[in-house]
Amino acid sequence: MSLLPSAVSIASWRRQIGSVAHGGTSGISLHVRGLSKAFRGTWALRGLDLDLGPGETLVLFGPNGSGKTTLLKILSTLLRPTRGTGTLGGADLVREREKVRRRIGLLSHGSFLYEDLTPRENLVFGAAMRGGRPADGTIAAAIERVGLEAVADERVQTLSSGMKRRVTLARLLLNTADLWLLDEPYTNLDREATKVLEEVLQEHQEQGGMAVMATHNFLDGFKLATRLGILARGRLILDEPRESMTFPAFQELYTLRAEGGGR
Amino acid sequence: MSFLALTGQILRKDFRIEVRSREGVNTLLFFSTLLVFLFRFAIGSTETQVREAAPGLLWLAFILTGLWGMARTFQVERENDCLEFLRLAPGDLGGLYLGKLIVGCCLMWATELAILAMFGLFFHLDMWPVIGSLIPVLILGTVGFVAIGTLFAAITANLKAREVMLPLLLFPLMVPILLAASRLTDLGLAGDSLWAEAHWLRLLIGFDVVFVVLGYLTFPFVMED
Amino acid sequence: MDRLARILGVGAGVLLAIGLWMGLVQAPPDAVQGDVQRIMYIHVPSILTAYLAFTVVLVASIAYLLRGSRGWDRLAHASAEVGVVFTGITLATGSIWGKPTWGVWWTWDARLTGTAVLFLIYVGYLMLRSVVDDRDRAGRYAAVVGILGFFDIIFTHMAVKWFRTLHQASTLEKGAIDPALYLPLMVNLGAFVTLYIYFLLRRVRLGTLEEAVEAEVLGG
Repeated sequence: MSLLPSAVSIASWRRQIGSVAHGGTSGISLHVRGLSKAFRGTWALRGLDLDLGPGETLVLFGPNGSGKTTLLKILSTLLRPTRGTGTLGGADLVREREKVRRRIGLLSHGSFLYEDLTPRENLVFGAAMRGGRPADGTIAAAIERVGLEAVADERVQTLSSGMKRRVTLARLLLNTADLWLLDEPYTNLDREATKVLEEVLQEHQEQGGMAVMATHNFLDGFKLATRLGILARGRLILDEPRESMTFPAFQELYTLRAEGGGR
Repeated sequence: MSFLALTGQILRKDFRIEVRSREGVNTLLFFSTLLVFLFRFAIGSTETQVREAAPGLLWLAFILTGLWGMARTFQVERENDCLEFLRLAPGDLGGLYLGKLIVGCCLMWATELAILAMFGLFFHLDMWPVIGSLIPVLILGTVGFVAIGTLFAAITANLKAREVMLPLLLFPLMVPILLAASRLTDLGLAGDSLWAEAHWLRLLIGFDVVFVVLGYLTFPFVMED
Repeated sequence: MDRLARILGVGAGVLLAIGLWMGLVQAPPDAVQGDVQRIMYIHVPSILTAYLAFTVVLVASIAYLLRGSRGWDRLAHASAEVGVVFTGITLATGSIWGKPTWGVWWTWDARLTGTAVLFLIYVGYLMLRSVVDDRDRAGRYAAVVGILGFFDIIFTHMAVKWFRTLHQASTLEKGAIDPALYLPLMVNLGAFVTLYIYFLLRRVRLGTLEEAVEAEVLGG
C-alpha cells in the first residue's frame, strides 16, 4: 500500500483539497505571557512566555510531567490558566474562546474517534463539528493521503491503533486552523505515516500556519522544528531557533538542563 | 456553527451509533425485563394489589432504567476523549445539550413502551385501550427527567465517583415528576381523562419548560474545563 | 468584617436567649397541644432561615456563573452548608414534634416530605463539591445544581401538597395568630437569621483563608 501514489503528487493533491485546507492562515500570531497553571497545590506551569509567528513550528521537549500537555490544553482552550494571559490572532484564550477555537486544530492523546463509526463518518462528523461541510472528494483525498482507502468504510473498532492514529492525521489534514497543537503525534505511527505527518506539517508551515508540538521523539521533532523548546518543571528553559544549534548539541543541552542540573 | 446545526450533527451521529451497536437499547430492554420480574415477586399477587402498585412501579422502572440511559448518552463521548473534541466545537454548546436531550428522550420512550408492554403481559393489564392517555404522560414525564438527567450526566461524566453521584444528585430532584406522572398514569390506567386532574398536567408541563430552559442555559458552564 | 461578625455572634446569642425564654417560659401553652407546641419556636424559624440560605445559594450561584469571581462561589458554598444545618434542625424538631402530635416519628406529610427532599438535594450539592478536585470546576458544577435544586423545590412543594397533607397550615399562613405567640416567634426568627448571617460570615472567611493558604503554599 503506497502512501503517495505517483498520480497524486503533493501539488495536485493540494489543488484538490486546497479549497478547504488552510483557508484560515492569514499571518496571525500567538502571544502568551506569564502563563501558570496549578493542579491540587502544585504548579504544572510556571510563568511561561511564548511568541509564535506565521510559519513557525515550535517543538517542545521535556521529561514526563514537565507541563507539555498542560500547555497544549491551555492553548487549545480546554483548560483555563490559573494566572497569565494569551492571545491567538488577537483573540483572548479565556474570554474569546470561541474565536480561538476556530483557529486551532488539536491532535491529542485521545483519538476523538467513535468506535462504532467508520473513518469516513468520523471525518465527516469532525469537519461538521468545526462548522464545515467538505466535499466528498476532499474527505476521500485525505483518506487516500493517509493510506486508509481499504478500511475507510469499516468500523473504527476493527482498526489497529496505528490505523486509528492515521485517521486522526487525516482529520488534521482537513483542518483549516492557523495553529496546530500536536501532543505526541508520533505515537503508534509507522515510518510511512510519520512521513505523511512530516509532509503535511511542512505544507502547513509553507502556507504560514503555526504549530506547537510536544514529543519525545528527538530526531523527528528536531527535523520538523523551526524552533526548539525545552520544558522542565513547568518552565520553558530553552526557546531557540533550530538553526542556532546542531542535533548533537541540542541533545547534549537537553541532557544537561532538563534531566540533569538545572534544578 | 449555529446551535441547531450542532444539535442535528449530534442526533445523526448518536442514532447511527445506536443503530449499529444497539448497546443502549439492548441493555435497557434486558434491564427493564429484569426489573418487571422483580417487581412481580416483590408485590402481592392479587389483581387489585398489582393494579394499585402499577403506576408507581412503572415510573420507578422508568427512572431506574433512565439512570443507566442517561449515563449511557455520555459514556459514548468519554471513550477516546470525544467529549474534549465536542467541547472544542466553535459554537453554542447549548446545541449539544439539545441534541443529547433528544437522543436521551428517544432512548427512554422506546424503553418505556417496552416496559408498558411487559407490564401488560406479566401483570395482565390491558394497555391497548388506555395507551392514548398514557402517551402524553410518558412524553411529559420523560422530557423533565431527561432535561435534568442529561445535565447531571454531563456533570458526573468527568468524576471518578460518577456511578454514585449521578443517582444521588438526580433522584431527589425527581420527586415532582414521580408524583405527578404516577398520579396521571393512575388516571390513565383507570380510563379516566387526564384533565380530571389538570393541575398535575400543568405541573409536568411547567417542570419540563423550566428545566429544559435551565439545562440549555447552564450546560455550557458544565462543558468548560 | 471580623468585628461585625463578632458583634453579630454576640447579638445572635443574646437574641436567641431572649427568644427561647419568651417561647419556652413566658408565652402561654397552646390551647390544644399544650407545652409540646413550644417546639414551634425553633422549628419554624429554622426552616425559614434555611429557605433564606438556599435563596442566597441561588443568587450567588447565578452570580458566580455570570461573573466567575471566587467570592460568589465561597458565598454559595457557605450558605449551602449553613442551610443544610438549619434544614437538619427543622427535620429533627419536626420529628420530635410529630411523635406526641401525630403519634409517629416520621410521617409522609407534605411539608415534612418536601423538607426532606430539600435536605437531600443540598446534601448532594455538598457531596458533589467534595468529590471535584478543581475548585473552579467544583464551583461551576455546584452552581448548576444549586440553581436547579432551588426551582425543583418549588415544584416539589406543590407536588407533595397535592399528594397528601396532614400538617397544620403553616404557622404564619394561618393569619390570625395569638400575639402572645407571635412576638416570641418573631424574636426567635430574628435570632436565627442573625445566627445565619454570623455563620455565613465565618464560613466565607474560612473559605477565603483556605484559598489564601493554598495560594501561599503554591508560592509564586
